[in-house]
Amino acid sequence: MNILVCIKRVPDIAGSVTLDATGTRIDDSGLGHTKSSHEECAVELAIQTAAATGGTVTVLTVGPAEAVEQLRAAVAVGANDGILVEAADPSVFAPEDIAQIIGDVIRDRAEAGQTFDLVLTGDDAADTGDFQVGIRLAYDLEYPVLTNIQTIRAVDGDVGGGGEGGATGSGAVGAADGGSGGVADGGAGVIEARGIGPAGTEVFTLALPAVIAVQEGGVDPRYPSITGRMKAKKAPIAEYDAPEPGTGSPRIRLELPEVRQSSVTILGEGPDAAPALVDVLEEIGVMRP
Amino acid sequence: MASIPAQASVVVIGAGIVGNSLVHHLAELGWTDIVQVDKGPLPNPGGSTGHASNFIFPVDHSREIADLTLDSMAQYKELGVFTESGGFEVARTEERMEELRRRMASARAWGIESSLVTPAEVVEKVPFLDPSVIVGGFWTPTVGVVDSVRAGTMMRESAEAAGALTVSPNTEVTGIDVDNGRITRVHTSRGEIVTDRVFVACGVWSPRIAAMAGAEIPLTPAVHQMISVGPVPQLAERPGEISFPIVRDMDTFCYERQHGSDMEIGSYAHRPILHDPDEIPSIEAAKLSPTEMPFTDEDFDPQLEQAVELMPEVLSNPDVEIRYAINGLLSLTPDGAPILGESPQVAGLWSAAAVWVKEGPGVGRAVAEWMTNGLPEIDVQGADIARFHPHQRTREHVRARTSEAFNKTYGIVHPGEQWASDRNVRLSPMHAREKELGAVFFETGGWERPQWYESNAGLLEEFGDRVMPRPNEWDGRWWSPIINAEHLAMRQRAGLVDLSSFVIFDVAGPAALDAVQRIALAQMDVTIGRVVYTPILDENGGFRSDLTIMRLAHDRFRIVTGAAHGMADVKWFHDRLPASGAQIADLTSSWTTIGLWGPNARDILGGLTSADVSYEGFRFGTARTIEIGSLPVLASRISYVGDLGWELYVPMESGLRLWDVLYEAGRDHGLIPVGLGVYGTTGRIEKGYRAFGAELDSERSVVEVGMSRPKVKSQDFVGRAAHLRHREEEPKAVLCSLTVDDHTSASGQMRYMLGGEPIVSADGDPLIDGHGRNAYVTSAGSAPSLGKHVLMAFLPPAEAVLGNRLQVVYMEEFYPVTVASVDSTPLFDPDNECIRR
Amino acid sequence: MTLVFVETDTSGEVTLTSAEAVTFARKNPQLLPDGGATTSREGAAPPSGSTEGVVIGLLSDSAVNELGRLGVSVIHHLEHPDLADYSAAAWAQAIVDITPESGTLMASGTPRGMELMAHAAVRTGQRMAANVIACDDDGLLRQVFGGTAFERLRLDGDLHVITIAGHACTPEETDPTDPEVFDYDLDVAEADLTTRVRRTEAEAADDASGLTSARAVVGAGRGVGSENGFGEVLELVDHLGGALGVSRVVTGLGWRPHAEQVGQTGSRISPDVYIACGISGAIQHMAGIEGAKTLIAINTDEEATMVQRADYAIIGDLHEVIAAVNEEIVRRRG
Repeated sequence: MNILVCIKRVPDIAGSVTLDATGTRIDDSGLGHTKSSHEECAVELAIQTAAATGGTVTVLTVGPAEAVEQLRAAVAVGANDGILVEAADPSVFAPEDIAQIIGDVIRDRAEAGQTFDLVLTGDDAADTGDFQVGIRLAYDLEYPVLTNIQTIRAVDGDVGGGGEGGATGSGAVGAADGGSGGVADGGAGVIEARGIGPAGTEVFTLALPAVIAVQEGGVDPRYPSITGRMKAKKAPIAEYDAPEPGTGSPRIRLELPEVRQSSVTILGEGPDAAPALVDVLEEIGVMRP
Repeated sequence: MASIPAQASVVVIGAGIVGNSLVHHLAELGWTDIVQVDKGPLPNPGGSTGHASNFIFPVDHSREIADLTLDSMAQYKELGVFTESGGFEVARTEERMEELRRRMASARAWGIESSLVTPAEVVEKVPFLDPSVIVGGFWTPTVGVVDSVRAGTMMRESAEAAGALTVSPNTEVTGIDVDNGRITRVHTSRGEIVTDRVFVACGVWSPRIAAMAGAEIPLTPAVHQMISVGPVPQLAERPGEISFPIVRDMDTFCYERQHGSDMEIGSYAHRPILHDPDEIPSIEAAKLSPTEMPFTDEDFDPQLEQAVELMPEVLSNPDVEIRYAINGLLSLTPDGAPILGESPQVAGLWSAAAVWVKEGPGVGRAVAEWMTNGLPEIDVQGADIARFHPHQRTREHVRARTSEAFNKTYGIVHPGEQWASDRNVRLSPMHAREKELGAVFFETGGWERPQWYESNAGLLEEFGDRVMPRPNEWDGRWWSPIINAEHLAMRQRAGLVDLSSFVIFDVAGPAALDAVQRIALAQMDVTIGRVVYTPILDENGGFRSDLTIMRLAHDRFRIVTGAAHGMADVKWFHDRLPASGAQIADLTSSWTTIGLWGPNARDILGGLTSADVSYEGFRFGTARTIEIGSLPVLASRISYVGDLGWELYVPMESGLRLWDVLYEAGRDHGLIPVGLGVYGTTGRIEKGYRAFGAELDSERSVVEVGMSRPKVKSQDFVGRAAHLRHREEEPKAVLCSLTVDDHTSASGQMRYMLGGEPIVSADGDPLIDGHGRNAYVTSAGSAPSLGKHVLMAFLPPAEAVLGNRLQVVYMEEFYPVTVASVDSTPLFDPDNECIRR
Repeated sequence: MTLVFVETDTSGEVTLTSAEAVTFARKNPQLLPDGGATTSREGAAPPSGSTEGVVIGLLSDSAVNELGRLGVSVIHHLEHPDLADYSAAAWAQAIVDITPESGTLMASGTPRGMELMAHAAVRTGQRMAANVIACDDDGLLRQVFGGTAFERLRLDGDLHVITIAGHACTPEETDPTDPEVFDYDLDVAEADLTTRVRRTEAEAADDASGLTSARAVVGAGRGVGSENGFGEVLELVDHLGGALGVSRVVTGLGWRPHAEQVGQTGSRISPDVYIACGISGAIQHMAGIEGAKTLIAINTDEEATMVQRADYAIIGDLHEVIAAVNEEIVRRRG
């Protein structure tokens, strides 16, 4: 199973941030960059699944030239290659634009002979938190889409079986019919996906190709090995230039939260304050009898 | 919010290893009402101590750093936070093996147990190292790791327990008040503290804090990359934090250090990544700690491959993951030395910055002693904050030099090596002439000084083998036989030396005599026009400087000293002037100096002036203004090269004219331009003249360096009591000049020592003096007039016997030497006839 | 008119976050685009500025009443056998079918709400803004960077599709109304069912540690120091019969499993008391504990965000303090 994972270079922020002079971006000059934690899990799932099925993992990002670091970091943990769609400032794009760009690249790669059975994204990016690129991409590709997925597993045979859901769509992946290119061959496989729902773990079974948006928590993303990192340095990275924004970002500016006034009661310093704390716990009534 | 004491005897800013050690030692020395603040939480407030790799290799080429490190190791051991692991520095190339042999020299010189080992011996202790990658190693069994945060906590808590210290973490310093050049108050986020002393011990933030007081601590935060990989099964097999020796892979500028089941790999190989102190993120905005900056993978990638080469078995294991990777910040200074002591810019503002974990406790002790007693036990003058010339405190200079220095951390640095960056900052008036003459410039204090002149290359033929050529590349690097040719030509005819880099300042006013009398060892109540060479001592009778003082008027003294240490001298004098009646005026940039020496000097000068420059008319040790054409010139008849001649002082703007006039007049007298190679080394060494920083330091007495005079002046002066005591005692060491008897190496090449080499007995045993110091070469250089290579060294008194046959160890080979002088008697012209002709 | 997707729990009750979203819709009528009635409803157009709800599946009587108290005038109840198992595409289409051409469609920023609004936005050809926290004359304000910053934006088009960030407002009742409830005959496309839930493994609860249901949660952060530093903390958890929650740094370092993570990308908890030990208070973590009724911080740093946000705090080393607290608890038990 060949898997494409879409990742985004985001600033690795801690407690507080400052804005740049334009007021439309945060000042990331002193910050490190990473990919979102959802995407780290997506990469891990892709690597495990590809390994189990004898497939490959390609990572794609739309971002500045430096975003190649995030692609290489993914290769360092086991992805095979990367695609950089270069856009100096991705914040000018709307989620619709990003989905369109990725869709176009997937179709272009298909023409070049590289097809993907499964496209993974994170649920949302750690910076913009739009929660829609994966879904919009799926509609663009006319693939079915799941979100909030924590684990995936390639399964044999049909999409059928399991639970009270009744008959399946007889193996057909409705939305994928007549897909507009970039479509993997029919019968590319079936994936079982799990995510946390309101009443427990929800299990989905889906014929490929498909888009799955991953939520952090199902797997522990691995760290790179030294040899992985060395391999990453030499990994092939296909490069595209992003087009001008179509829809364009609706952003006017960024704002920072006001500093809240504290109303904390300091119970004391050090172990001597322990009785005061136990008093509070007793008052709240959470002490075991 | 907890409040803070309103008053303090001293406010220590910073709770890293340095600040914590400092408060401990201050409390030990009897200080009370100390307040220590840090903007971060305890026990790890987020500075460089918190992410340090915490290992210590004691051997360093610098005696000062080695001393501080050994003291620190002793302190860590006493605190029970030192784990001995042993450590290797491994060489991948023969060139590096040579450097390891030089490290052996430093180990022997400082008395640290070390040995050179074969690859197989390395693998015996580090079985996962690939021996085929290396050609050998340098083993130091006393290498170890420390818990610097724990040590700091214990030291801080001991000061608290003694009732001497109030600690206030999470307290940001917001301002420092200065009144009349003195510290008066510290503003913090928890209130104000009235104090007249502030200790800046805040590492990479130090420049920012000093700037609040209007002062400069010229360091820059710089990145040292480190990753931690694991779990490594081979490491996990053995219990504890560290059970394998630390390996420094010197040629790749990396180290591999076990930490439990992880291996830490650190690098000094990447491009210099400098930050401004203001760019360091706040604690709130930092992902890890403020000094653990985001890792930049691409900078480290080449080191990964090299690390795998060295330890393929453990590091190419795909299960060994990179779990932690930082661009850790540490402090770099323009000359690589720490920045210690009281700022020359603001009284009461003390610095203890740019200090590594390996030196932290030692520095804390030294600066605490310094503030308490006026000087530390260990000589730390190389780290004195007062050493910097103004341009050396600029951001651009700091950036340029630290960028250049970063990759020298594990580099092979020749003792004569010159900086490439930020040159041509201070040019003498005759600089253009010197360039035309093919001067090869060396830099000191920003001044471009000709070391030798290629225009004198023709002299090589004249003097033949007397120039003592050095066939070995290392011995001859940053050196030229032309230096020795210039030397010989000067001794036979005359030489012209550009001495514009002198630091010159006047002490003037009705109390000037009293002031200089109190500072200098020599009698200063001399007739006007006398020039006096004098040691400047500290209270313990050690050397603070040596310099010349001219009495120009009843109330004016002109002090002339070297560029390297001159700025510290200015501060030393300044701090010891009376409250009124004497002022200092720094004239360094007002006056240029040209030296004219050699048997023909009198003829040259006499032809240019109507003044009487005869033996009687211009006695040695006097100075007066003479006219040379239309230039009034202050002529001073002294010599640091041991020949007849004058130092000629004119205003900077007339320097070129004077140079041209002298040069032209000298044409018929065989005058040549002579570089500092002669002035600084060959001229002085065959005359046995001592140099500050080499032979003269705070640990050696006037008696031990053979410079005591028959009488001691009756007037009081700094260090007098100690000096009188030293005169009564048997010396613990005696400064000797030795000549090398045979230069032939095992391979048949003539080798020439450069300084720093150990001196051992004829049997190869170390020679240890009464200070506990091993004998080592303090200065080395050609004595062309004698055809000898001369070494200066302190020897145990019993060994300081003329004709005593000893050995010098150079590149781990033994060469015979003979003690040729056991006092300051010159090897060349012992009766000083040349000077007094 | 604002149409709010209202989530109900397994008993058919309105979830807390949906109540928040309804309240948000009611309190900001003039600031959101105001369209007419839903296209599929018969009868008179509702008054401008009204708030309507859409519920799929179980809807209890008490939920109807609660929505009435929250100011919902109309409830669109969508029930169909094909919607019994969740399928985002099918559910979204059902919502879209009753969504007006102009106005506002919103849900709370839960995983379901996010997913459905995104599908609905695509299917209606609209933009979507996630995690909105306010709207005024200057446009919408939404959380970005995990809540560390806000984005001010303006949506074009007549229909705005948004989600409301959790805890952006507190549910507030108003003059109770008796909402009309409309039921529909639905046509569910087969293609939209390929992504339906095949089965739910309720027993495989992710809340094995009881994190989201515990009345007392003891939180531990980087300040614990190491993988082996959880001794005192776990003892306190035991004394309180509570659960352990950890910051992302702790799981990132591999000290504890992700299931124990509290925050933006972990569990969002609402215990009676949350005791944060050695947690500085990164915004991502704070997002997960906004529901805690009492917040206690134990930290060496008095200026730490967590201390400043807490109701009570002890300044000190967490190991020492918690050991003393454990001792005190044991002592009081006798």
